[in-house]
Amino acid sequence: MPLAFVVWITFQTGWDTVVELVFRRRVGELLVNTLLLVLLTLPLSILVAVTLAWLTERSDLPGRRFWAWLAVAPLAVPAFVHSYAWVTVAPGLHGLAAAVLVSVLAYSPFLYLPVAAQLRRLDPTMEDVAASLGHGPWRVFLTVVLPQLRLAVCGGSLLIGLHLLAEYGLYVMIQFDTFTTAIVDQFQSAYNGPAANMLAGVLVLLCMGLMGGEVLLRGHERYARVGSGAARRAAPVELGRATLPCLLIPLLFAALSLGVPLLTLGRWLAIGGSRIWQGADIGGAIVQTVALALAGALLTTLAAAPMAWLSVRAPGRLQRLLEACHYYVGSLPGVVVALSLVTITVRVALPLYQTVGTVLLAYLLLFLPRALVGLRASLAQAPVELERAAMALGRTPLQAVRQITFRLAAPGAAASMAMVALGITNELTATLMLAPSGTRTLATEFWSLTSEIDYAGAAPYAVMMVAASLPMTILLHIQSKRAAGR
Amino acid sequence: MSFLQVQGLGKRYGNAVALEDVDLSVHAGSRTAIVGRSGSGKTTLLRIVAGFESADSGRILLDGHPLVDGAGIVPAHRRGIGYVPQDGALFPHLSIADNIGFGLERGDAGRRSRILELLDAVELDPQMLERRPHELSGGQQQRVALARALARKPALMLLDEPFSALDTGLRDSLRRTVARVLCEAGIATILVTHDQAEALSFADQVAVMREGRLTQVGSPQELYRRPRDRETAAFLGDAIILPADVENGWASCSLGRLAVSAGSRRGAAEIMLRPEQLRLVVDDRDAPPNVPPNAGESGVESWGRVIDVEFGGSVCKVAVALGTVPGQRNPLLLRHSSLDLPRIGSRVRIHVEGEAHIFDTPLR
Repeated sequence: MPLAFVVWITFQTGWDTVVELVFRRRVGELLVNTLLLVLLTLPLSILVAVTLAWLTERSDLPGRRFWAWLAVAPLAVPAFVHSYAWVTVAPGLHGLAAAVLVSVLAYSPFLYLPVAAQLRRLDPTMEDVAASLGHGPWRVFLTVVLPQLRLAVCGGSLLIGLHLLAEYGLYVMIQFDTFTTAIVDQFQSAYNGPAANMLAGVLVLLCMGLMGGEVLLRGHERYARVGSGAARRAAPVELGRATLPCLLIPLLFAALSLGVPLLTLGRWLAIGGSRIWQGADIGGAIVQTVALALAGALLTTLAAAPMAWLSVRAPGRLQRLLEACHYYVGSLPGVVVALSLVTITVRVALPLYQTVGTVLLAYLLLFLPRALVGLRASLAQAPVELERAAMALGRTPLQAVRQITFRLAAPGAAASMAMVALGITNELTATLMLAPSGTRTLATEFWSLTSEIDYAGAAPYAVMMVAASLPMTILLHIQSKRAAGR
Repeated sequence: MSFLQVQGLGKRYGNAVALEDVDLSVHAGSRTAIVGRSGSGKTTLLRIVAGFESADSGRILLDGHPLVDGAGIVPAHRRGIGYVPQDGALFPHLSIADNIGFGLERGDAGRRSRILELLDAVELDPQMLERRPHELSGGQQQRVALARALARKPALMLLDEPFSALDTGLRDSLRRTVARVLCEAGIATILVTHDQAEALSFADQVAVMREGRLTQVGSPQELYRRPRDRETAAFLGDAIILPADVENGWASCSLGRLAVSAGSRRGAAEIMLRPEQLRLVVDDRDAPPNVPPNAGESGVESWGRVIDVEFGGSVCKVAVALGTVPGQRNPLLLRHSSLDLPRIGSRVRIHVEGEAHIFDTPLR
């Protein structure tokens, strides 16, 4: 739908205006900014993630499991809280370098997770064979290990790239202009519909380019292990005298990505004292956030259920196409989704403009893929044979579904609802643009307080968002371990 | 002069002993099989020879040069030893051609022709070169793994149960190919396997491994006919083990008086016969029950009664209770052709050929 919207708006605006709006200096600058950001952040993140993953999975680094947790933990801190912390620590921090630094710190866990899981899954026999064919350790790593990490690196990079394109709060706070920040600015200041919409169009093209690039790079090769039987676990590489310098790497990463936000939050909480916790503001924000999150999660899960059902029980071409569409929409930046909903409600259904309904619709579009993944896994827990068995024992089809399938899928469905709810809790852009005036969620409240430079007042909201993100982080880490069969 | 020498090799994992005081020598161009149950330490020995793992004690010399000598270790990539693992471990991200050429220099002019030559040696179709490992069957993958290991013309080839994941027919044909290819190339080979039949048919020299020790090393015939103890005997094939009284090169046992190999032993001992030494003759004539077993012209004969028959295709198993020893608890399990199976309850003659073997170890 947002895609159709972009096309539709382009037609409405007229080609000349489009050319005029798109091909101008400002767009060029934004394009350069955004591309530089992506091109610098991705290689650095890959380097950081592969190094950390190798150290925690393949070496005898002391406290490997602890470091593995710390490498994932930055995910619990929302990106705009990261930049809030950095701006507090170093007020002069802005521009491209700052944007790249904070982005690498905030997003490299997205690469660390798949790379570490893949490293764990690799069959060490292949490395043995390569060594017996005369390749030294470095060459073995480059020719055998690294190529097999390609899928993990591609997937993680795509995820990071989409986040870089979609993130708003992070870059506003360190004063770095990307397409997303420009769109929101445009929208908030002038409500200049066509200009914002055209920028959104370019942003969508960028996203699609990123996804297309990932598909190309990923290729059609098969990377699964050939052969049967269980792979032996790799013996950890002894670091020896290199242990100490190697220990500094995760230490530095943890200090920058976790130490800085936690220290800043702690400092602001101490400075603010009890004042910042008082008043109905926080209570109100919590109530509203919880209400929005639960309603959005329920709606999204209900909407995802038929799709998940079809994809598990009746997988077909049409069904896959439909599912792919939803994934693509879900990977569109929140700002594009929000913008399209604003325009549509204003032009077609004005009474819906700035209502809770529109916000929930935006959440639905944004978080549908997340709900789908969880639901599909949980439905797969309830094989159709069980339903048939129930029917053979005299239950009607509906009864069988209710008594068997729902019952078995319930825990997974609850988990995927929780994931969606947590995502909504930390959602900023779409909420800012769509919510009825007077809506105060944790994220928007944090945002407005930091905009007023009341950093101390914003700290409690940040702490609560971190706390809300923790379960999700823990779940992700455990899932990646389980996926690797450990 | 042996080509590979392993001396006093020891390895522990924590408290568990993986290898203890292992000595082995392998001649140039020969084929050695290390056979043992899973967990006996045979793969650990192979991995230490390959250089993938370190030893706690002992030495390994290859062609007179030390590979492992206390703490001094030559890393795997400088040893020039070929290695074929259990499931081939082909690189999934490379084509078959690149897999085989992995150990060859990239810019080498003769690379392509060498790859083709290797492919031909392992009897694979050149059309496969551009395929991916997952498009090949298990047997083809193993052939590629062998070609890849041969590419650098190693002086020694290590095979880590390379046939165990294949089905029986394929396994035999691949084993013959591997033996031929390695023999033609004159490469000394060590095969690790848990399959005694594979070890006996593949190797010139068989080493039996148990609980981290090599219990016996010798030619396949020697090990099969003259195993040192009960466990080795049972591991290398079906064995009939009987208590006996030995004197002057003859053993008296429930099958009568049998010639034994070790002439000097006296007193109580355990003797071993392989099932193929015993032949069943169906004979429904009523034999005089009190005629003692006698030494016939072509071997020893005794009488028994069939108590169970198990049909098994070409070769069937017949359980026989010996007539001369009433109430004997363990019937003899004999092989018999399926053509003229005796009925249960019928009387049979048992014909023994060749010498019985006496275990070195004292009777328990």
